[in-house]
Amino acid sequence: MSRYRAIALLPVMAALSGCNLVVLNPAGDVASQQGDLVVISTLLMLLIIVPVMALTVLFAWRYRQSNNTARYEPDWDHSTQLELVIWAAPLLIIICLGAITWVTTHKLDPYRPLDRIAADKPVPAGAKPLDVQVVALDWKWLFVYPEYGIASVNEMAAPVDRPIRFSITASSVMNSFYVPALAGMIYAMPGMETKLHAVINEPGTYKGFSSNYSGAGFSHMRFNFLGLSNENFDGWVSKVKSANGSLDRNAYLALEKPSEAVPVQHYGSVDPKLFNAVVNMCVRPGTMCMSDMAAIDRAGGLNAGGKAAADAILRANTLAGFPDTQPTGLCTVAEAVEAAANSGAVQRPTVTPISASASPAGPQRLANP
Amino acid sequence: MLETLTTFLFGRLSLESFPYHEPIVVATFFAVVLGGIALVAALSYFKLWGYLWTEWFTTVDHKRIGIMYMVLGLIMLLRGFADAIMMRAQQAIAFNGSEGYLNSHHFDQVFTAHGVIMIFFVAMPLVTGLMNYVVPLQIGARDVSFPFLNNFSFWMTVGGAVLIMASLFVGEFARTGWLAYPPLSGLEASPDVGVDYYIWALQVAGVGTTLSGINLICTIVKMRAPGMTMMKMPVFTWTSLCTNVLIVASFPILTAVLVLLSLDRYVGTHFFTNDMGGNPMMYVNLIWIWGHPEVYILILPCFGIFSEVTSTFTGKKLFGYTSMVYATVVITILSYLVWLHHFFTMGSGASVNSFFGITTMIISIPTGAKIFNWLFTMYRGRIRFELPMMWTIAFMLTFVIGGMTGVLLAVPPADFVLHNSLFLIAHFHNVIIGGVLFGLFAGIYYWWPKAFGFRLDPFWGKMSFWFWVIGFYFAFMPLYVLGLMGVTRRLRVFEDPSLQIWFQIAAFGAVLIALGIGSFLIQIAVSVLKRNQLVDVTGDPWDGRTLEWATSSPPPGYNFAFTPVIHDNDAWWDMKKRGYNRPLEGFRPIHMPSNTGTGVILAGISTVLGFALVWHIWWLAAVSFIGLLAVAINHTFNYNRDFHIPVDEVVRTENERTRLLSGQV
Amino acid sequence: MTTTVEAMHGSHAGHDTPRDATPPVFYVRDEHAHEAASTALGFWIYLMSDCLIFAVLFATYGVLGTSYAAGPTPKELFDLPLVALNTSMLLLSSITYGFAMLAMEKGRTGQTQAWLFITLLFGLAFLGIELYEFAHLIHEGAGPGRSAFLSSFFTLVGTHGLHVTFGSVWLVTLMVQVARRGLIPANRRRLMCLSMFWHFLDVIWIGVFTFVYLMGALR
Repeated sequence: MSRYRAIALLPVMAALSGCNLVVLNPAGDVASQQGDLVVISTLLMLLIIVPVMALTVLFAWRYRQSNNTARYEPDWDHSTQLELVIWAAPLLIIICLGAITWVTTHKLDPYRPLDRIAADKPVPAGAKPLDVQVVALDWKWLFVYPEYGIASVNEMAAPVDRPIRFSITASSVMNSFYVPALAGMIYAMPGMETKLHAVINEPGTYKGFSSNYSGAGFSHMRFNFLGLSNENFDGWVSKVKSANGSLDRNAYLALEKPSEAVPVQHYGSVDPKLFNAVVNMCVRPGTMCMSDMAAIDRAGGLNAGGKAAADAILRANTLAGFPDTQPTGLCTVAEAVEAAANSGAVQRPTVTPISASASPAGPQRLANP
Repeated sequence: MLETLTTFLFGRLSLESFPYHEPIVVATFFAVVLGGIALVAALSYFKLWGYLWTEWFTTVDHKRIGIMYMVLGLIMLLRGFADAIMMRAQQAIAFNGSEGYLNSHHFDQVFTAHGVIMIFFVAMPLVTGLMNYVVPLQIGARDVSFPFLNNFSFWMTVGGAVLIMASLFVGEFARTGWLAYPPLSGLEASPDVGVDYYIWALQVAGVGTTLSGINLICTIVKMRAPGMTMMKMPVFTWTSLCTNVLIVASFPILTAVLVLLSLDRYVGTHFFTNDMGGNPMMYVNLIWIWGHPEVYILILPCFGIFSEVTSTFTGKKLFGYTSMVYATVVITILSYLVWLHHFFTMGSGASVNSFFGITTMIISIPTGAKIFNWLFTMYRGRIRFELPMMWTIAFMLTFVIGGMTGVLLAVPPADFVLHNSLFLIAHFHNVIIGGVLFGLFAGIYYWWPKAFGFRLDPFWGKMSFWFWVIGFYFAFMPLYVLGLMGVTRRLRVFEDPSLQIWFQIAAFGAVLIALGIGSFLIQIAVSVLKRNQLVDVTGDPWDGRTLEWATSSPPPGYNFAFTPVIHDNDAWWDMKKRGYNRPLEGFRPIHMPSNTGTGVILAGISTVLGFALVWHIWWLAAVSFIGLLAVAINHTFNYNRDFHIPVDEVVRTENERTRLLSGQV
Repeated sequence: MTTTVEAMHGSHAGHDTPRDATPPVFYVRDEHAHEAASTALGFWIYLMSDCLIFAVLFATYGVLGTSYAAGPTPKELFDLPLVALNTSMLLLSSITYGFAMLAMEKGRTGQTQAWLFITLLFGLAFLGIELYEFAHLIHEGAGPGRSAFLSSFFTLVGTHGLHVTFGSVWLVTLMVQVARRGLIPANRRRLMCLSMFWHFLDVIWIGVFTFVYLMGALR
């Protein structure tokens, strides 16, 4: 057995030296701490795994039937000392590993702002993280830079050594945002916003992709993550700014439709409220935002305090979001309130099913060559 | 008008539903049809239908039902493995701009079907089959508590398998991954029949699994032979008890969550929709509250098998029986406290994540204790390297690697970089193949002589063993590497050419495993042909220790002419040691349950009901539902469900065994 | 476990027999107890698995019960007096089933049947009121598709209702069987199982009444 494994492992060792184990050798501080943790935990467990495997082979060999010199004690089935050892040894390792887990899980919580950009470099005082809003669409990635008012599809860039604060959501189904060289993954879910804090330490072009299966175009849902020096990043930003596309709600709704293997696109300007509308699933003109809906629900429904809440929301923002559209049917909070007062039967116009926008065969069947 | 009529008659089913434009499917279809015709013709020619119906399909004998479960599991293994090798081939060639030979419509079905089939229709039937066969024998019972339910449970499992196989030729299967997470499995993203096949196949089979769980719990609690206290039960019986407790306490959750998903799809509710207050994260939580215990449902009986095998083939009492039992119980309980580790990356807080990470690690303590117990059972033993023992040693060496990577994945920050990657795939195949499958093979080789009265041919068994074990390492070690290279699962095409070599090694491993499966099938054929040379008349070919070896091989319908009395954990070993003599006279008529066809009929109607619901053929659904009720109620009017085996027959059977035993001496 | 009626001893020919004075007993001759002994346990385990289904539905309601999607709330929808009436129907049916079981213990077939029939009437009344409530809600536009709250409400309450429906079908079946064969042991066992089922549904309903209706009206 073990001999065969050794033989099997030889080419593995040879090949490993030539391949890029990005998870263990990443270019971002967060990912590198996570990679170190993989190695440390493995070594800790090997403390017990290796002896067990060795003993298995040893006992199997030594106590084989043909070996008459080995002791044979058919009724020996208990030893308190041994029992103590075989429960205590794994326990001790798990105590160590559990402690490591507790500490690192809190330290590397993706929601926690960074306190360092590398092992010996704390985040400089007053440094403002780069905000990036990420939307997983069917089947491409949209990155919005609110600070610069720009957006790009299937390409993102970040300056080296500047903390990045991701806000992540999805348009229709679940995905997972993952740049192995940068930091661990986090799910991108429709109607929800997840967070990730990370930093890239070395310039370069890194692979990013969805790591949660999301349908037909999943395999091509890739992007390049560009780690750039500060001046190159500024150059990238101005290049994107000079692109003439503008990502307003209508452009987003067109972009949102399912498509595969989409080339890089840049948008020189972005509706600043777009990401918020995506998270709240109210990009389509006339849909009630989920945050508003939740506010009404928290106030006890439309007929209780909700009407007042709804009015407040109304004044605050919602209608301002769609000055240019003609709502059809029940769409605005104002109408919803009115309708609720009349019947109680409000239907929130839903985001159009992705299937409705494609042929009867549905978007899942987009032909492959 | 005509359209309304066809819609009424056939629901969503139309000519377009048949994938006649897909050459691979059509070829498979004709192969299956030809094979089916040949089988039907052969059965008719040899006039075997009546025999099969009265002796097998309608049987309530736990041994025959156990064997039928094994047959089902092995047939479905071929289907599940065909899916696997298609995936391996696709991933090995889809590089440098090549799209491979499967488009996403197919590839996505293939990996979904592979997962569903391997878990629900391979591992589950094989595990259930072994438990069904062995447990009543080990506890000295004549059958299970509810023999009719046992038959019904089996046929419901078959019904689920039939629905999945139907999806291959009529319509399509789900393209969602084996757990069908919404919103992807919701109506908006998956409007076609695939997810509906998924739902109804699992629901039909799930009824069978739950009932079989209840049945075996009752059997173990109520039907043990006198003297067999809980702490004298064989370890396999203990692990079966825990497994069935897990089944009963987890499958209803699966049933409920699938009901909610189907309500979303059929009625327009908002449980897991993005909209109107629905919450897809709740599905992910609920399905894993079932899903994690499911993993232990599969592995615990295999732990039991390894315990029996190790102790038998080392000729030694199991080391640390008590701690083995407690370890099993602890694993059973803890398996409900770890489900969140399947989605650390969903963004739960650090405290929640570390809680579930640490509970997961704690499970490795009793599991580690078990490994040590087997190790010290080997210590100062006399190890006979028969096939079951070879599988056990392979398991011990392989499983610890899988266990280690599992604990690694339980560290949340490490999981953030490895989740959903091929590292994860390698991990769970490492424990499911290295643990469950190796265990099942150990069990099959161990109990085969009991079930059929002859051993399996060792040469082809060893071929199968080495192909499987080496093939496993070739197929899955590269996936660990690919995971560390940041490659995620379920990808159909690749960009980075440096990955290709690893996928090719993995595909080579899959070919080796195919040879392993082939050798296993050859082994069965060869052994059947050579059964006279491989025959065992003693009923105890391995010098066994537990009660199942006390009776003949194959055992008579009633298992034991007299109920045994137990004094020791290793009851049969104790009987042999203390001069047990087989009773030769004083036999009595034996009270046994009668066969019934109701189980087959009920399960058949349930399958039709599932099919009708998949295709929205409402009239058929209504008719079959009413039929189901009518048959079930009608069955309760039958009060004559048992009979007595006349004493002459018992005497004849026992005398035949006496003759064989003395011939041996 | 059965008691040893008549024990057989392994006859003492073995040469490695321990030096015990009495040889060990290795088998018994009497029949092992069959299905009947396991039925109560089996049915209990089934009820617990069913209980888990309700646990999931309660948990779902707990998660989604306040997601009104800007639609109607429990306070607006629930008609507490009607639900109280409904609850009393089910509670009374449980009591009458209890009387049926008492009559069964005394072996009075006619009385048992009468109480079973009354139980059935109460059960059907419960179902009727529930269906009326559902129809009313759907008519008001508060159907199961309106919001996650209503989805989970209809599913939880509806699943309970389906159980009562099946219980009623079972009850009718048993009444026919008792009429045909009288209170034979098999029928007594079945009546006992249905009794457990019926009371179980009562307990579940008390959870529904408290958790869904009362707390919903308070919210």
